[in-house]
Amino acid sequence: MSDTILRTADGKPLKAALQRASAVARRRAFWLVLPLLAFVVITFVVPIGQMLSRSVTNDAFSANMPQLVAWFEANPEGTEPDEAAFAALAADLTNAAAERTIGSVATRINYDVSGTRSLFTSAGRKAKKLEAPFKESVVAMDPKWGEPIVWAAMRNASAKLTTSFYQAAMDRKLSAKGVFEKAPEDLQVYLKLFGRTLALSAVVTFLCLLLGYPVAHLLASLPMRKSSLLMILVLLPFWTSLLVRTTSWMVLLQEQGILNNTLVGLGIISDENRFALMYNQAGTIIAMTHILLPFMILPLYSVMKTIPVSYTRAARSLGATSWTTFRRIYVPQTVPGIGAGGILVFILAVGYYITPALVGGATGTLISNQIAFHMQDSLNWSLAAALAAMLLGAVLALYWVYDRLVGIDNMKLG
Amino acid sequence: MKLKTVLLATALTSAAYAAQAAELTVMSWGGAYETSQVEAYNKPFAASKGVTVNMVAADNPATPIAAQVEANNVTVDVADVELSDAVRLCDEGKLEVIDHAALPAGADGTPATEDFVAGALVSECAVANIVWSTVVAYDNTKVSGAASIADFFDTAKIPGKRGLRKGAKANLEMALMADGVPASEVYATLSTPEGVDRAFAKLDTIKADVVWWEAGAQPPQLLADGEVVMSTAYNGRIFNAAVAENKPFTILWDGQIMDFDLFVIPKGAPNKDLAMEYIAYATSAQALADQAKYISYGPSRKSSAPLVGLYQDGKTEMGPHMPTSPEALKNALTNDFEFWADRDVELSEKFNAWLLK
Amino acid sequence: MALPIYASPLERVWHKTYLLICAGIFLFLIAPILIVIPLSFNAEPYFTFTEKMLSFDPEGYSLRWYDNLLTHGMQAPDMVRDGTWWSDMWNNAQWIRAAKNSAIVGFWSTLLATSLGTLAALGLSRPEMPYRKLITAILLSPMIVPVIITATGLFFFYSNPCSVLGPLAPEGGCARLTSTYLGVILAHATLGIPFVIITVTATLTSFDKSLSRAAANLGAGPVRTFFKVQLPLITPGVVSGALFAFVTSFDEVVVVLFIGSHEQQTIPRQMWNGIREQISPSILAVATILVIISIALLTVVELLRRRSERLRGLTPQ
Repeated sequence: MSDTILRTADGKPLKAALQRASAVARRRAFWLVLPLLAFVVITFVVPIGQMLSRSVTNDAFSANMPQLVAWFEANPEGTEPDEAAFAALAADLTNAAAERTIGSVATRINYDVSGTRSLFTSAGRKAKKLEAPFKESVVAMDPKWGEPIVWAAMRNASAKLTTSFYQAAMDRKLSAKGVFEKAPEDLQVYLKLFGRTLALSAVVTFLCLLLGYPVAHLLASLPMRKSSLLMILVLLPFWTSLLVRTTSWMVLLQEQGILNNTLVGLGIISDENRFALMYNQAGTIIAMTHILLPFMILPLYSVMKTIPVSYTRAARSLGATSWTTFRRIYVPQTVPGIGAGGILVFILAVGYYITPALVGGATGTLISNQIAFHMQDSLNWSLAAALAAMLLGAVLALYWVYDRLVGIDNMKLG
Repeated sequence: MKLKTVLLATALTSAAYAAQAAELTVMSWGGAYETSQVEAYNKPFAASKGVTVNMVAADNPATPIAAQVEANNVTVDVADVELSDAVRLCDEGKLEVIDHAALPAGADGTPATEDFVAGALVSECAVANIVWSTVVAYDNTKVSGAASIADFFDTAKIPGKRGLRKGAKANLEMALMADGVPASEVYATLSTPEGVDRAFAKLDTIKADVVWWEAGAQPPQLLADGEVVMSTAYNGRIFNAAVAENKPFTILWDGQIMDFDLFVIPKGAPNKDLAMEYIAYATSAQALADQAKYISYGPSRKSSAPLVGLYQDGKTEMGPHMPTSPEALKNALTNDFEFWADRDVELSEKFNAWLLK
Repeated sequence: MALPIYASPLERVWHKTYLLICAGIFLFLIAPILIVIPLSFNAEPYFTFTEKMLSFDPEGYSLRWYDNLLTHGMQAPDMVRDGTWWSDMWNNAQWIRAAKNSAIVGFWSTLLATSLGTLAALGLSRPEMPYRKLITAILLSPMIVPVIITATGLFFFYSNPCSVLGPLAPEGGCARLTSTYLGVILAHATLGIPFVIITVTATLTSFDKSLSRAAANLGAGPVRTFFKVQLPLITPGVVSGALFAFVTSFDEVVVVLFIGSHEQQTIPRQMWNGIREQISPSILAVATILVIISIALLTVVELLRRRSERLRGLTPQ
């Protein structure tokens, strides 16, 4: 009986042996990657996930007002607060004041309803003396306690998961009726700021393309010896400290700075009409374009380098003008480079923090600065996390597009 | 025999010293302000107690404190924070309670609770050490005739750029005072929507001419660079630039806004008892007066005032440079922490939205 | 780039204009970097060219800001410059301390990122690697995620590592990592990893696999093959990855601001304070030194690139 299965020299079926060998190889490759993967997951992916989870979990209220939370759970939304609710409130307030957690509770509600902080802290001081019937005595303490908006905010904060920080991040506020509605015009900040961030990033990306394209083309068409010298001019800024470059733009562009002084000195502008190029959008755009330009030039260059010169020659020999050749033959071949550079610059621009903080003034700051503000000044970490999650969502979407267009394993530097 | 005794004594004292040689970590704001605290509080306290006092700086010490208490991992024993933060952190249970009655009596024997100026002990978790203020300062080589806070908002009378802190606090109050609201009615006015609109309307009149600053050291720099001709600023920074660096800066005390800086102990501080001793020492009448030798922030005790002497250069009398001097107090506002604790979120958003317009 | 012989006069004009535009863009790229060099020798504490500087009067120039780098923060800067002075400078001057911190953090984070990163790149470049795309995306994410988000996330993680590790946490609890060197080093290593992965993978793609097979054929084990054959050939990629990782750490300020403390004051953090706090031309002096360092690093990279091309048998055209 002939054995139709191919066998290895020591008699094992070849298919199984190959499978085993490839499984070993896969395992080996995986073991090489595992230490780093574990490192990145533990020190990067998980912490960021945990931080983002703060945007939906804020237990400052629910952990410190247990009886009221129980009442909210027992009674569906829309129930008028009854005597039991006020009794629970009074008991929780007394307790929170004694435990010194009333401030956390107050801060949490004050995020949703401005001006309620002192409502809680002063109620905490008096809560011990409250007597039944609680509904009357609590409202007598401050009529605000009877308002639906306060109860809506408390119900909202008593849930384990909350959307109110995302609502705030989308410029939606609790209205007097106790539902989330679009905030009045003069309180809308974040969506506009997101819009500005995207718009400024788009402008910077466009400028980078405008400036980067000719330079990349020149570098790609020069002989190697010359182009690597010129390449140093591109790489030097790339390697120079970001803070150094930002500082020097401050030196160059401020109102008493070099550019304005030179223009005044040459008599081109008068002393009163100095250009305001710093501490505004113009400053942010100029400095960011400069800082991100190499990220556009390098991918463009690596694509242009691979375009054979014979294509353009063929087009010319077939009678196309140089402009037609450029437009119909050369540019289409550089589209992958434009895509790669454009998305890279855009992704980096959207998350910029340092440069806008230093040169942006009032009109040139971006959403990142607002995240930092809530992290470090207002200490509203949940709102910071919500804003960060929205920003991250936008960036990951772009990352996905980048992967589709270029493939992340094709990313090249210098 | 004698040698033996000496050795033994040395061994004993060093053992005792080692047992005592605890460390205390104090967190403050850096810069000239921190230096003044190191000189007036830390060095003498460390010498008298035989302990090491570490000073660490933060942009705003309230932030790391809140994070450390939240994470249940406190390394700071004493922190120097602003009043609104002290009140807020205290309400949130993030600070230890300080027994105000245990603080030393004033230089003239007045009990501590009477000796501190009004508002300095308003939070049961904090003790104020200085009074500082936000003032308008100008370059006197470029500006003449500035007499009142209204002139700061009058670019027709005094042309040139203005520096303002990028935030709602202090700006809204100054705008109202410039618009003719008396200091005593500022917060009542600001509590109404019309008052807020009025303040923003006043800010609108100079919005196009404003350079916004964020860190306390920026206003003197902006004035020195000629980027602005007038700016709001912290009075101590302007004093330093004017007296220590001979810059031609003048402070306009009209419409100043006074505030406290306070010492607090974060909940769970590693050396709570020593921290208490430090605060008692640092807020004694003499230590507070000594601090004024290095920076022009006013001591928070009444009995310190007569003890305030000359600046460290040995010739500048500090009294007139204090925000609490009679000249400076003519039209002054005290920051209302309750108001800001309640309305900060809303007004900051409004301010940010206004900036975006 | 020469024009073809058949170029029309209009094209020639356009070509000249094009070169001029390119020159302008190169000026835009390089001017801000060159401008700081003369200004760092300003005798006045201002950021602009003084009259004396413009007329090349030697009095308008001075080394005081470089001197200030040494003396700022010293206990007794005005003493005679003897041994005590120098040791005071070495131990207390703020910029020197910042440089030391930057070196410590940079060295260890680069070592960590490069060793783990090279290992992983070796795995990723094997054709058998499972889930390659997904894993590459995860490993490169520190480069893509806005640094403000990274800094925020790490701040909470390092404040209390156990709360994140959950069941993985060690029994005795974990120490806080904020305000520690270890924390900053780990964070910077994370940020440097993508650069190592990218550069090493790029070198490995062009690596001729028959060389390792030949080594194996001649009786070398995998470890020996790695050290004797693979590593020498991918060294340029590893070194330039390490350089990128080092520069990332050396230039990083946001994470240091969030999780470092006064103790871990690095050069960028010191500069940040300088820009935000007291603006003095000392920053420009530091900037000049940094520019010189980056020129040196750039030369190293260029030399390595040429060496790698020579080794792979590609000669520069």
